[in-house]
Amino acid sequence: MTPVPPPALFSADGMVGLIFLVMIGVTLFGGFIAATAERLVRALSGIVICFTGVAGFYYFLNSPFMAMMQILIYVGAICVTISFAIMLAAPEEKIKSSPSNMLSGPFGFMIAALIFGGMTALALTTEWQVNAKTASGSVREIGIHLLTTYSMIFELISIVLLIAIIGSIVIARGGRN
Amino acid sequence: MALLSIHHYLTTYLVFGAMLFSLGVYGLVTRKTLIGMLIAAELMLAGVSINFMAFNRFLAPDPSVGQIFTLFIMAIAAAEAAIGLSIVVAVYRHYKTVDAEELINLKG
Repeated sequence: MTPVPPPALFSADGMVGLIFLVMIGVTLFGGFIAATAERLVRALSGIVICFTGVAGFYYFLNSPFMAMMQILIYVGAICVTISFAIMLAAPEEKIKSSPSNMLSGPFGFMIAALIFGGMTALALTTEWQVNAKTASGSVREIGIHLLTTYSMIFELISIVLLIAIIGSIVIARGGRN
Repeated sequence: MALLSIHHYLTTYLVFGAMLFSLGVYGLVTRKTLIGMLIAAELMLAGVSINFMAFNRFLAPDPSVGQIFTLFIMAIAAAEAAIGLSIVVAVYRHYKTVDAEELINLKG
């Protein structure tokens, strides 16, 4: 990839770069809270922050449509569902002194660090081959693709969602008197 | 001030996706409750989606394919969250806990 000359801080490009750096920090902060917070409600708030930051990443990756979908689906739907489940099913998370499993200590951290190190090394050392763009990836093109090339998958996804809705109603309803 | 132009490079996004993914892995192996595990799994899915979108933006000839892929990942994640949380609610009703280490009915 051709290197881009670094912009001055007080220019439009510099401000964009600064916003990007702040966004990285906020998103990682949210993800860290989501992975480590003691209480589930805090983990949920962390993942809301993290998903909003990921939507910002999609914006930087030339896709405002996906940024909107990210906020609509993840922040608006999935996180609200998880908050309902926390209210319904998870009271206080007891801080017990029960012997934790062997993965939850430094061993689990080591696994995560190994995965991160491996993937980072892979990303840094591979020579990625850049192809010339044949399309622009606008919302109009996404719509045309969804209804022509990927129409079968589109229909299958709708059926999967329908089955998931019916299944979750059936599962959560059983055992209630 | 080279840090200000890192959003023009593919590697930034790949490393960031790897970071989110490994945070999710860490949460998944350390969490004790089912809902916490589900939250960590969503974190992993977010990291994967960022990878897809980054390759889509920088390498793919047709940039709408990766966006469609990410859209499908989101739909599957929504289905997974709905099913998983209904299972959590059913488990809570039966055992009065969502601690993964106390669900030991099948343990010999």
